[in-house]
Amino acid sequence: MNFSELFKLTSLLSRFSPNGKCLVWSLEQPDWHCKIDEGSAGLVASCWSPDGRHILNTTEFHLRITVWSLCTKSVSYIKYPKACQQGIAFTKDGRYMAVAERRDCKDFVSIFVCSDWQLLRHFDTETQDLFGIEWAPNGCVLAVWDTCLEYKILLYSLDGRLLSTYRAYEWSLGIKSIAWSPSSQFLAIGSYDEKVRILNHVTWKKITEFEHPTTIANTKTIVYKEVEKSPSAETETLSFPPSRASASSWFSMQSKYDISQVPVSLHHIKPVADRANPKIGVGMLAFSADNCFLATKNDNIPNAVWIWDIQKLKLFVVLEQLSAIQSFQWDPRQPRLALCTGNSKVYLWSPAGCVSVQVPMEGDFQIVSLSWHSSGDSMALLSKDNFCVCYLEREEVK
Amino acid sequence: PVCVAMGDWKTVTVPVLPSDGKNIFQYTSERRISSPGMNSQVLRLPLPSSKSMHTFFSAFCTEENIEQSLSYLDRELTTLGFPSIFAEPRGRELNLISVINCMNELLVLQHKNLRAQEEVEMQHLKLGSDMDHLQNCYAKLKEQLELSKREIVGLQERDRQLQTKNRNLHQLLKNEKDEVQKLQNIISSRATQYNHDMKRKEREYNKLKERLHQLVMNKKDKKIAMEVLNYVGRADGKRGAWRTDKTEARNEEEMYKVLLSDFEQRQKQLLVENAELKKVLQQMKKEIISLLPPQKQKPKERSEDGPVLSDLEEDIGELNKENMWELSCETVREQLTNSIRKQWRMLKNHVEKLDNQVSRVHSGALNDKDVISREDHELETEKLELEIQQCKEMIKTQQQLLQQQLMSPCDDDTTLLLQDCYLLEEKERLQEEWRLFREQKKNFEKERRSFTEAAIRLGLERKAFEEDRGAWLKQQFLSMSTDYKHSESVTTPSAFLGSKYWFKLCPDQDNRLAKSASRQRKPHCLSSPLSAESWQQTPQSITNNSAASTPPARDSKPNQWEESEGEETE
Repeated sequence: MNFSELFKLTSLLSRFSPNGKCLVWSLEQPDWHCKIDEGSAGLVASCWSPDGRHILNTTEFHLRITVWSLCTKSVSYIKYPKACQQGIAFTKDGRYMAVAERRDCKDFVSIFVCSDWQLLRHFDTETQDLFGIEWAPNGCVLAVWDTCLEYKILLYSLDGRLLSTYRAYEWSLGIKSIAWSPSSQFLAIGSYDEKVRILNHVTWKKITEFEHPTTIANTKTIVYKEVEKSPSAETETLSFPPSRASASSWFSMQSKYDISQVPVSLHHIKPVADRANPKIGVGMLAFSADNCFLATKNDNIPNAVWIWDIQKLKLFVVLEQLSAIQSFQWDPRQPRLALCTGNSKVYLWSPAGCVSVQVPMEGDFQIVSLSWHSSGDSMALLSKDNFCVCYLEREEVK
Repeated sequence: PVCVAMGDWKTVTVPVLPSDGKNIFQYTSERRISSPGMNSQVLRLPLPSSKSMHTFFSAFCTEENIEQSLSYLDRELTTLGFPSIFAEPRGRELNLISVINCMNELLVLQHKNLRAQEEVEMQHLKLGSDMDHLQNCYAKLKEQLELSKREIVGLQERDRQLQTKNRNLHQLLKNEKDEVQKLQNIISSRATQYNHDMKRKEREYNKLKERLHQLVMNKKDKKIAMEVLNYVGRADGKRGAWRTDKTEARNEEEMYKVLLSDFEQRQKQLLVENAELKKVLQQMKKEIISLLPPQKQKPKERSEDGPVLSDLEEDIGELNKENMWELSCETVREQLTNSIRKQWRMLKNHVEKLDNQVSRVHSGALNDKDVISREDHELETEKLELEIQQCKEMIKTQQQLLQQQLMSPCDDDTTLLLQDCYLLEEKERLQEEWRLFREQKKNFEKERRSFTEAAIRLGLERKAFEEDRGAWLKQQFLSMSTDYKHSESVTTPSAFLGSKYWFKLCPDQDNRLAKSASRQRKPHCLSSPLSAESWQQTPQSITNNSAASTPPARDSKPNQWEESEGEETE
């Protein structure tokens, strides 16, 4: 399922099925609909363009990307798209789109103008096997990074010039994830050696690196640990037969946060050495909207979220949960982090404190991902089959 | 053992003399011609037992060979340097004195020899003990030497072992490094191999994709389609445009504009930052210069360097005065940083000097000035702290009082009472003063009134007088013209009146008037009694009137006056 980027302007949503059909509905006009059939090409991925008027479908085997226009009913094709995780990237203002391509065993990047889908620049990259591309929020720099077998990240300007290359080390597994800071000042690179390296935008050199050890010894770090507390037995209010809501709340454990005393030893797992894509290294990175904090997750300490203070470049808070973190996302307006761990609770952290909120759903609702609304007032909590929208009142949230 | 310094004794069996008998003379001397050199030989003879000693002593000379022994003795003694024992040479009679002397000499010699022998023995002993001692030392030293040698050998052994170990470790390290290098090489070669294989597979895959793509594209006319209910308007509301070269150029332009604006923004930020930093540096420089003690001018150095440096210094000075932060060329930038570095170094040296001074003070080497100033400083700080304490306490108490004043009222009466309690005294004083003031005001009013009345009266009197004067003058003129004689008598009653008033008109009648005035005082009146009386009456009446009228006049006139005044005022 895919939401239109401009939720409020276009309010269209689309849905595709693996046999190549893509259905589009409008939220505002319920009787408007559109059906796109890729035919035997199949459909692997589909995404909206930033203006909400074009749908980019990636066919099976990454044969091509089809750009369907809802305004003109026209079609454009982009050949040889790269089959990688982040092959398409739009700038924040939606003007330009970068597409990763691969021809003759070489990687290329094409930059298109989104207003008329004209090819602006086409250049090759010095990567072995391009893994992902991402625009800086100011839309002037494109970060291109290589497969995890090579630690290499290249920075290209909007007009295709190579600005800088950064390699931290050789031979060991390299980059796992990257994140741009909202002001485009910093580029955080998370790698398989459990470190995050921060590059600055003036010299594109590393200014610091953050480590993720399994024992936290610094006394200035606050460690919040989620503990379970058994629900209080309110025998007076028990009703017979017990209602569904109370039954679910009876059986689900309440949890709250406790502050652990440093030094704290975190629960970590030792990844199997001879498997590919080991669960080690910094796999999730996110900057807060005000550029003050960076949240990271080290995959071999799967229950912990590390929050770094970017102004001081030091570790600020560690949140240790009871189960593995599934996803986290920062509020687009304030420094507030929401995370979910696969149970029916959503956890919120802000510099004032943190709270665990039980989602009052009947039955099992295992939140695997969440998404904030752009106004910061509500967020969508998604499980495998369902989703719910959570509204945040201003006074309640700590 | 007795050493006999005699010739060689030999155990010679001498044919037994016949007179012998019992004693078998074992020791007999043999006459020998002994050379002087052999006389010094000392013979140690084993002493037999005392019995045999006796026999020994008696063995030399017996009754039989007295002469022989005597001559022998003589010979020996003379060879030894003693005088002969015979009285005369080759005589037979003994010189007893010389014999005794010889004996004495021999005894003395014996003693001497004994002593010498003792000494020699002592020395011998000493030497022997020294030798023992030395031998012991030697033995010990030999032992030590042995030990040290063994130790050295042991240490050398250990050293060798350690060296071998070291070498082994080095070797191991080298091996490890070589292995690492080898592994890296292996990895890189495998990586290239894998890349090559990957590329090969990718090419195959691409070929498959191409084939598939062709197949898919062939079928596109039938199935691939898009059904839309109606067209959705563009996001920005405009109509779509054809793609032309112009649009391409426009896109390029847009892109460059975006990049340029980003660069400009960054440059602006950098300029602002730069300007701020330069300002801060300038300020720092000024502060550093102010912190430093006034630099002693070194004229020697300046004069040595000549005019070149001074020009540079001047330039630098000029530049420092101007707005340096607006200039950003290389030389100016360097100058600023260099001057800051210089000043900072000077400040650092200064601080280090101060530190040394302080540490010297700590360690005891006193620099009186510093010590005293520190004590002063401490005293002053104490004083200031006390002052601060006191002020704080005062503020606290005042605050408390204020609080009390504002917060304490419990009921209305007390509040009312208390509200003015601080100003009561003043209020009473004020009221006193007010009272006084009012009294005075009243008095002033009264006096004013009286003055006005008096003024009115005066005015009336003046008016009356004027009228009288006018009347009198009239009469006078009339009387003057008719009867000059009666002027005296007439004038007398009127002289009273005129006495005062005629000063102006008739100055030559002064005396008369004066007389008449004086005469007037007499109660009896002169001349025409009617007129006089009338005149008298009239003056009296006038005076009475005046006297009478004045009070009423005073009363009335002022009343009138007052009324007139009042009228006037109304």
